[in-house]
Amino acid sequence: MKQQSRSSLLTLVLLTLFGIICVLLSMDRVSAVIFTLLTIAAALLSLRTHTYTLSNGKQITQPGSRTLLIAIVLVDVVLASGRLTGFDLSIIAKRGNQFFVILGKIFHPDFGYFEKVVNPLLDTIKMSILGSFIGATLALPISVLASTNIDKSKGIVWFLRILLMVVRTLPTLVIAKFAALIFGLGTFAGTVAIIVFTFGVVSKMMYESIETIDMGAFEAVESFGGTKFQSFWAACMPQILPTYLSYCLYALEMNIRAAAILGYVGAGGIGLLMDERIGWRDYNGLGMVLLALFVVVVLIEQLSQYLRRKLS
Amino acid sequence: MAKKQNLLNTGRPLTVDEVYEARPRLWWVYTLIILIVCALLGWSGSTVRFTGFASKGVTIAQGIGNGLLHPDTSLLFNLTEEGVPYQLLQTMAIAVLGTLIGGLLAVPFSFLACDKIVPKPIAFVFSIFILLIRTIPSLVWALVWIRVTGPNAFCGVVTQSICSIGMICKMYITAIEDIDTRILESLDASGCTGFQKVRYGILPQIIPNFISTIIYRFDINMKDATTLGIVGAGGIGAALIQCITSSRWSMVGSYLFGMVLLMIVVELFSTQIRTKLARG
Repeated sequence: MKQQSRSSLLTLVLLTLFGIICVLLSMDRVSAVIFTLLTIAAALLSLRTHTYTLSNGKQITQPGSRTLLIAIVLVDVVLASGRLTGFDLSIIAKRGNQFFVILGKIFHPDFGYFEKVVNPLLDTIKMSILGSFIGATLALPISVLASTNIDKSKGIVWFLRILLMVVRTLPTLVIAKFAALIFGLGTFAGTVAIIVFTFGVVSKMMYESIETIDMGAFEAVESFGGTKFQSFWAACMPQILPTYLSYCLYALEMNIRAAAILGYVGAGGIGLLMDERIGWRDYNGLGMVLLALFVVVVLIEQLSQYLRRKLS
Repeated sequence: MAKKQNLLNTGRPLTVDEVYEARPRLWWVYTLIILIVCALLGWSGSTVRFTGFASKGVTIAQGIGNGLLHPDTSLLFNLTEEGVPYQLLQTMAIAVLGTLIGGLLAVPFSFLACDKIVPKPIAFVFSIFILLIRTIPSLVWALVWIRVTGPNAFCGVVTQSICSIGMICKMYITAIEDIDTRILESLDASGCTGFQKVRYGILPQIIPNFISTIIYRFDINMKDATTLGIVGAGGIGAALIQCITSSRWSMVGSYLFGMVLLMIVVELFSTQIRTKLARG
């Protein structure tokens, strides 16, 4: 009980400090002082406890509510972020109609442009299919090695997990840019980026679900003298295969969307066209590109959702 | 099939071997799936070809490797606008504001797109609208908004507020559909007013889900905010891409190092908060 209250006190102090740091970093002196005082006041208020006496004479203390403190810290954070990003609604009010002009043009797609869209669009689909397949295939053995219930060596597990974490945090566009610099512009670079991205995502989801499987069957096969691989193949594979396939389909869904922008850094596909159309301010053409992309994404999403329902 | 019938009609418990014999055999389904996958791979392999390294590919790869191993430490602790800390802070600020505004904007949309609450045609129109928002890549939104706001961090905020609506709505709608309406009935039975029903019957059920969704989206938006910079919408991406194009690999290394570190910290925090929320 005491330990719990100590850890909640620590959270409280950290929250308050976080709010104050946000305020001090971003505001002029007067408002910084005001908001610091407000934050501290909220923190002190949340320390106040209520004591009730029940009808049987027992006394009960209700811990103070932290809602006010969280709200104030949130306000601090929002104000600081607004200052850092130069948030200014008057720009929207003044020039917001510009956006709707562009949006209006996008919603009147130039259908004559369709022939030029087909090939890059097919490239995008091909890139994502190939990338998803290779990435997901690579992910299967790695995710088995990264799950604690099958791989008993802690070193490998943590090494792989940290590696996967780093891979996942690298933005796809940056990977694509690197790949385009190394392998030259074109679809191959895009495929490499998608492989890396799929590998990171599918591996993570897989090792999380491998850890939840029933290990009884695995132990049974092992006790009959099966090797580790045999027991995994016979006992765990049937359990994880449907999940694995459904993750693969999910990854494919995401990849079509991700692959669409890779062209922006020269990694092939439809992104190049989008960049070009926007550069030329040909928003009707852009509308056509987006319409084609929308149709493909919806079709593939429906198909994959249908297959995933079948799998589960 | 006939064999299976035979086994099942024997009227005695089946032996292990017999059950094993009668296991479902879907080999033709598997063959079909494998054939389809192979065909798709062959089709997609036709365009994606490895054409060897670019002219300077190997040197660039070495440069990237070197830069990642030896990041520019002076940049890492540089507190001016060029430095990694400021850029990361700005990226995070974009993600915070974008996620919050997106999360607020998504509330009315998700109620309007939920066919349990509004008539089906209206719900359909709004769900198509949400799907549209979700399909258009955030980079395109950013490129369009840049025409309005100019290339700065504010553009990133506006872009993320719009893009976030799509996915947040989708998850809000599931949360709304999962509301247990029997609680409302029992509140009704105990004589609660409309406001009390919303306060004690609906809000406690959806608020944790909503907050969890927003935190999850914040995670994604952090990642997204780093790429938005590439088109000039503020955040660390702009500096990163400049360094990449001018081959200053040690600076690239330090930007990436800071980014990866921040992302890991954010992810750890958000997972922890979300598991706490899920457990109640």
